[in-house]
Amino acid sequence: MKRYSIPRLITKLLLPLILLFALYVQFHGDYGPGGGFQAGVIFGAGFILYALIYGLDYAQQILPAWLLRIGISLGVLIYAGVGVAGLLLGGNYLDYGVLDAHHPAHGQHLGILLVELGVGITVSSVMVTIFYAFAGRGR
Amino acid sequence: MQILGLYNYWIFIVLMMCGFYVVMSRGNLVKKLVGLNIFQTSVFILYISMGKIIGGTAPIIVNQPDVVYSNPIPHVLILTAIVVGIATTSLGLALVVRINEAYGTIEEDEIHEQDEEESL
Amino acid sequence: MIDHLPALQVVIPLIAAPLSALFRPGRAVWGLAMAASGLSLLIAILLLRQVLEQGVISYPMGNWPAPWGIEYRVDAANAFMLLIVSMIGTVVIAFARTVVEQRIRLPEHKQPWFYTAYLLCLTGLLGMIVTGDAFNVFVFLEISSLSSYVLISLGRDRRALTAAYQYLIMGTIGATFILIGIGLLYVMTGTLNMMDLAARIPAVSGTRTIRAAFAFLTVGVSLKLALFPLHLWLPNAYAYAPSPVTAFLAATATKVAIYVLLRFFFTIFGAEFSFNVMELDRILLPLALIGIFSASVVAIFQTNVKRMLAYSSVAQIGYMILGVSLVSVTGLTSTLSHLFNHALMKGTLFMALGCISFRIGAASLDRMAGVGRVMPWTMGAFVIGGLSLIGAPLTAGFVSKWYLILGALERGWWPVAALVLLTSLLAVIYLWRVVEVAYFKPAPERPVREAPLALLIPTWTLALANLYFGMETSLNAGVARRAAETLLGVAP
Repeated sequence: MKRYSIPRLITKLLLPLILLFALYVQFHGDYGPGGGFQAGVIFGAGFILYALIYGLDYAQQILPAWLLRIGISLGVLIYAGVGVAGLLLGGNYLDYGVLDAHHPAHGQHLGILLVELGVGITVSSVMVTIFYAFAGRGR
Repeated sequence: MQILGLYNYWIFIVLMMCGFYVVMSRGNLVKKLVGLNIFQTSVFILYISMGKIIGGTAPIIVNQPDVVYSNPIPHVLILTAIVVGIATTSLGLALVVRINEAYGTIEEDEIHEQDEEESL
Repeated sequence: MIDHLPALQVVIPLIAAPLSALFRPGRAVWGLAMAASGLSLLIAILLLRQVLEQGVISYPMGNWPAPWGIEYRVDAANAFMLLIVSMIGTVVIAFARTVVEQRIRLPEHKQPWFYTAYLLCLTGLLGMIVTGDAFNVFVFLEISSLSSYVLISLGRDRRALTAAYQYLIMGTIGATFILIGIGLLYVMTGTLNMMDLAARIPAVSGTRTIRAAFAFLTVGVSLKLALFPLHLWLPNAYAYAPSPVTAFLAATATKVAIYVLLRFFFTIFGAEFSFNVMELDRILLPLALIGIFSASVVAIFQTNVKRMLAYSSVAQIGYMILGVSLVSVTGLTSTLSHLFNHALMKGTLFMALGCISFRIGAASLDRMAGVGRVMPWTMGAFVIGGLSLIGAPLTAGFVSKWYLILGALERGWWPVAALVLLTSLLAVIYLWRVVEVAYFKPAPERPVREAPLALLIPTWTLALANLYFGMETSLNAGVARRAAETLLGVAP
């Protein structure tokens, strides 16, 4: 536990920043460069760094495999759900404009925000799951 | 000079052929995947090159007249292909891990030998 | 909702896939998958009727109009393909439950993931068919390919892993070639919409870039559809995959790749450019003939029946490509009708084999001795599928062979027609080897029972479909002809 104290300390310092940056990229994605995929990867990478330094057991206490499994499905369902919501409100599939009846532009904004959120959740869950699958093999 | 001016397309072709050669010539399953990755990555360069417009800036709207933007569509397309590449690589590596557990080797000829013995 | 059918066709299995990952193992998740594929079959039927009555349906995704947004475009050709894929998808998922519960290399708590992968594969295949956007084809191609690699690797034999790996390498090379081809088309035309591409390519069709794109697309798609010298991934992948997966992939995956090939040749590049300027038929015809002949001969010497049928699939793909290389309505009708009929017959054969290996553990010839006496229903379905494969009259297989020979005679190619008949005899030989062992060898000493009803019902559904569509040919010949006319641009 006392070994590798420098990497441990640096990870502790960096991790909040990495996760915060991931959230920035995520929610900045509708007007500027960024988006769910990049954010998901950054989030996943930050978490994988934590798992590398502190060990798989600690990491799995924070993000257990069952939660990731829900995350993977949930992201896709959010994405598809936004599309279906467009259908139910009388538009075409993935027509964000109808999400807000009075301001189509607001609807567009909301739609892309939700879709990117779904992408982000799925991508980060998939990234961490892939890491778990490889790291947990042969233990 | 036109031929040299298209250097990014030359890089694409060289990388593609390198990757393709590695996939075909190596017997090690991980090295094959490395080759496959180089092969796929070369296509990213092709797509990114075609999106570039001389004098164009990043395609983010700035409120100035006469701004030339680079074409963002190839970038979006290739983002999809990058995701596909990640999925392919991780699935391929997962298969290699399973193959290693089942056969105890990741060399193609040794796997082939074991299969031959089994079928005899 | 009726206006949104093209989108729902893809979206329903897409939503069911992640949902099924959340389920506990058991019947509920199977029921969900069954409901999703059943719904997509229903949608496919409705779409086909709508297209036959009203003509082409165009659906802009997200309400972005066609050349800018992604357009889903359904005409007679892809409505027909949607029907094939969703029909096989539904029948095979009914077959899959028992096999997944007992005969697959997955711990029980991970079994729902099988349905996720299966539904994703279905999503990808349906998406490839329904979309009118060239890049979208690539995306859906990869969705279906990646999930099919997973499905193949689930076979119980460890060789399934190497087969899946081999397919992954070959399939990715093929898909990347397609990606390069689409990229080159985009460079020259600045569009990805298929109809828009078709309108703009003639202006630049003399350039080397378009020719390079044509070459990349042809080779890439040929890898995915296992055209003769590029078929090396197929026999192992089919032989070691779990039986429902083999039945599903053999009946749909290569067919959809052939559809994509037709779409690129006829709709995007146009028959004139593909066959008069590039003279592709001169390459396709010999490859198809060599493929039919060599794969049929190799099939005769196989002892693993699943592998035998896999080689037979390579030969059958040869027949379909032969139909394409005739470049006539009759030839193309035979191709499209064979897509349908081959899905029926190979589905039947592989599911019957699945029943056999479910009871005796393997599908090798020496272990199948006397199986015909203890599993009469299973072998009955096998024989029907086999007759259809040979092309016996009153079975579905006869219809497409008939059109193929007619098409060859129309062009005055007597030797080709003769070769088609001759190679059908080769099919008789390899299938007879199975029938001989199953019926005329002494019955096994171990007690073997007939396969459970859950497996027999789907198998017989397809077997009876083979007979039904052998007599009632309005679908597999009539609609196929309309689809062929659409592709060739003869009819509106």
